Amino acid sequence: MAAVSVSRSAGRTRPTLRLDILVLGLAVALLAYLALVPLGMLFLGSVSESGTLFEGGFTLRHFQRVVTDPSALELLSASFLYSAGAALLAFAIGTAMAWVVERSDVPVRNLWYGLALVPLIIPGIVHTIGWVFLLSPEIGWINAPLKALFGFSLPVYSLPGMVWVQGLHDAPFAFVLMGAALRTMDPSLEEAAAAARANPLQTLRRISLPLLLPASAGVLLILFVRTLESFEVPAIIGLPGRVFVYTSRIYLSLNQYPPNFGLAAAFATTLLGISVIALATHRRLTRRSEAYATVTGKAYRPRRVELGRWRWVAIAVLVLYAFGGVFLPIIVLFYSSFLRVYVVPSPESLGTLTLSNYAFILTDDTTLRALGNSALLGVTTATVVVLFTSVIAWLTVRSKTPGRGILDFMAFVPIAIPGIVLGISLIWVYFTVPIRIYGTLWILLVAYVTRFMPYGMRSLSAGLIQIHRELEEAAQAAGARWWPTFRRITLPLLRPVLLATWIYVFIISLRELSSGILLYSSQSVVLAIRIFDLREAGQYTAIAALSMILIVSLVLLVAVLQRFGGRTVRAS
Amino acid sequence: MTTLKVEGLRKTYQTGRGGVAAVQDISFTVEEGRFYTLLGPSGCGKTTTLRCVAGLERPEGGTIVLGGATWVGPGRFVPTHDRDIGMVFQSYAIWPHLTVFENVAFPLRVARTKRSKAEVASAVGEALALVGLEGLESRAAPQLSGGQQQRLALARALVGRPKLLLLDEPLSNLDAKLRERMRIELRELQRRLGITTIYVTHDQGEALFMSHRVAVMHGGVIVQEGTPKDIYNDPATGFVADFVGSATFLAGPLAADGVHALGGIVRSRAVDGLEVGAKALLVLRPESIVVRPAPAGRTNEFTGTLRQAAFLGDHLDCVIEIESTLVRAYAHPSTPLVRGQTVAVEFPEDHCVAIADDGWRPRALTREQAD
Repeated sequence: MAAVSVSRSAGRTRPTLRLDILVLGLAVALLAYLALVPLGMLFLGSVSESGTLFEGGFTLRHFQRVVTDPSALELLSASFLYSAGAALLAFAIGTAMAWVVERSDVPVRNLWYGLALVPLIIPGIVHTIGWVFLLSPEIGWINAPLKALFGFSLPVYSLPGMVWVQGLHDAPFAFVLMGAALRTMDPSLEEAAAAARANPLQTLRRISLPLLLPASAGVLLILFVRTLESFEVPAIIGLPGRVFVYTSRIYLSLNQYPPNFGLAAAFATTLLGISVIALATHRRLTRRSEAYATVTGKAYRPRRVELGRWRWVAIAVLVLYAFGGVFLPIIVLFYSSFLRVYVVPSPESLGTLTLSNYAFILTDDTTLRALGNSALLGVTTATVVVLFTSVIAWLTVRSKTPGRGILDFMAFVPIAIPGIVLGISLIWVYFTVPIRIYGTLWILLVAYVTRFMPYGMRSLSAGLIQIHRELEEAAQAAGARWWPTFRRITLPLLRPVLLATWIYVFIISLRELSSGILLYSSQSVVLAIRIFDLREAGQYTAIAALSMILIVSLVLLVAVLQRFGGRTVRAS
Repeated sequence: MTTLKVEGLRKTYQTGRGGVAAVQDISFTVEEGRFYTLLGPSGCGKTTTLRCVAGLERPEGGTIVLGGATWVGPGRFVPTHDRDIGMVFQSYAIWPHLTVFENVAFPLRVARTKRSKAEVASAVGEALALVGLEGLESRAAPQLSGGQQQRLALARALVGRPKLLLLDEPLSNLDAKLRERMRIELRELQRRLGITTIYVTHDQGEALFMSHRVAVMHGGVIVQEGTPKDIYNDPATGFVADFVGSATFLAGPLAADGVHALGGIVRSRAVDGLEVGAKALLVLRPESIVVRPAPAGRTNEFTGTLRQAAFLGDHLDCVIEIESTLVRAYAHPSTPLVRGQTVAVEFPEDHCVAIADDGWRPRALTREQAD
């Protein structure tokens, strides 16, 4: 009896085993098409003689220019200084805030936590333009009075200006990561040091800092890569100040006349190389810090340092950051959105407030098209990413299908591809293969899905891991086969995560600029790109209005996400 | 003299809904060289008490004095690192970035009195030998097994020769066999070193096995303190009787020569101060009850129906229903008993003590409160 049922079920499992291998094979092929083919084409493009693949032989002259061009060293050093500077600034602010919020007895902790996360919602381009409004040499809110009173102004269009704006924007990201590192450190490790009669300074130096070192190095590297890949600040602040970094240089090579695709590809390959090396190093570092993790299964009740009189200093610093780093750029945009022409606020200007910018935004054909495109693209991207990555995540986390390691790895490859590099790679792909989607929403969809897949993957595999395997096994023991188990047990349990992931991908799609900037046409324009274009046309007050609309819709979306997802948004 | 005196200790925690008293007015004394256990269920305040002694929590009131040194008193709070203690944490708190050697050497390296390299090495070697970890000095700490981490934590707590050793549920993360072995080793080590020790646990077996004295805690107060024998044989309250060991409770009004229960009077003595007619509780330990297939004509003998008899090797674990009360008793493993048969049950009078009934009922045999 037992033998019969075993052989019967064995007979049944064989075809399903083949099916999941087939699905896995298809997924690997699709991932290879999305992530590896573009990179291959990019590399071929960078060594192509004629500017068309498979014609006219190969050349190294583009790489030669990347290395020997008189500006090459300048480009490398500016990229490095910008990335390292902004990473350090963001790390310093984020770590200080994380320590105060996680480890001290500062009051109203939840408020600071919420405030620190707000900038994560603000699109990079909006934040950057807000700072331009504040620090514009002649008419910025900060610079105009400085100039009137002291005769000098802070140079925003400069390397320090870039570092400042990008560093402030990434600080919440550092806050989230360092906060997690502080939270997951077993406080009894520090208590044990005190019990071993180490004074607080010795505990900090010999226990706390060494324990946080791998995490800190990892966070710094991630910040470095994020800055290196960033496009908004280099384009909006760097280009007017003639400070060039890799991303803006790639953009320029394609926007000059005639565009130099080969050179842009060579720069993109170089940027990709740096990014991959940094991320590989990061992977090694986090492996090591995971080896440090001691699992106790006990909930940590963190020990909070009593600040005493210092609490006012802490509060002052937090308020200063919340105001300067978070609200000031938004306030200036909010105010400017009611101005016909951008001016420093004065009693007279208060009298001229107008809704004409909003009227313009809501009647301008291109802007309305951008709104519609963004919404359509966001919905489609989020749906495709969630559907696709839930299958991949299930295969890698739950199944025993051979080759799932490759799948897991490939789904994460796009994380190393800077947006602008993905953009130029896709140009090469769709100029070569006979699929005519360049300039349509389809190519943006391909770019977005590729770019955001790792986020969906990370979120869904984490969600799946949290669903104990025994819950599914109990369903099988109760007689359910694969599909009923998946539909009635796994999916309902995973639903909050699926929803949160969908909204999250939707949000980051709305904010995305760098991968689309090389791929769009007037028909496939999206919101972030529209803001970028309006800026080139000098319509600053219209940008302010559009930014406000974008911010309000994003904040509403995050509120929905918080409500349904029950967890805070992670940084992109 | 390294006697520890704790007096009037109070500690409340702030929660979202106001303060919760974790420890209310606790006093106890640990004599020099004694092994003193705080025993109780989770949330009873035992760990909070230990952390106050360690200086990891700041009590709102009370005094803590070790020997001549006042650690906690009015306007005085000595930080942890200035208290002469060694501590083993429940999670062991082995520093993952240091080797076995460096973990143990740490208390010596941060000590005010500087030691030479050779002195540190010999002290570390000695401490590791004490716990049986010789030869693992250069091993990275996360590579150790759970049992080895536990020993390492102990070596680290002892290396500085502290006056007071604090142990916070150190055995709770080990598997059963290892736990049994470690409790023997720990007891032997404490007796040999003669170090004043406070041990926190929820495991009554550990507490009875290892301690000179045990304080049973419940709801933030010490409900009974005494030697393991006192606690087991003369529980002060229903809670203590139930928490330490297993017991059947017979509740009823006190008669002149016993307690009204099981449809008659169960003869017993009563604790001082309990008056005839008062609500009384008779605590019966299963091993002191005698079960026979037929009556033998003893006093305090009742007949009942055998509901269960499980063979456990050294005894039969029986549940007997007498007048609709379930009584748990251990019978000799060779007693010929069949489920459903009528049995005679004797409660030897010298094992029966009536205590005041505070309303507490044992969890094991009460169906309604099964959790």
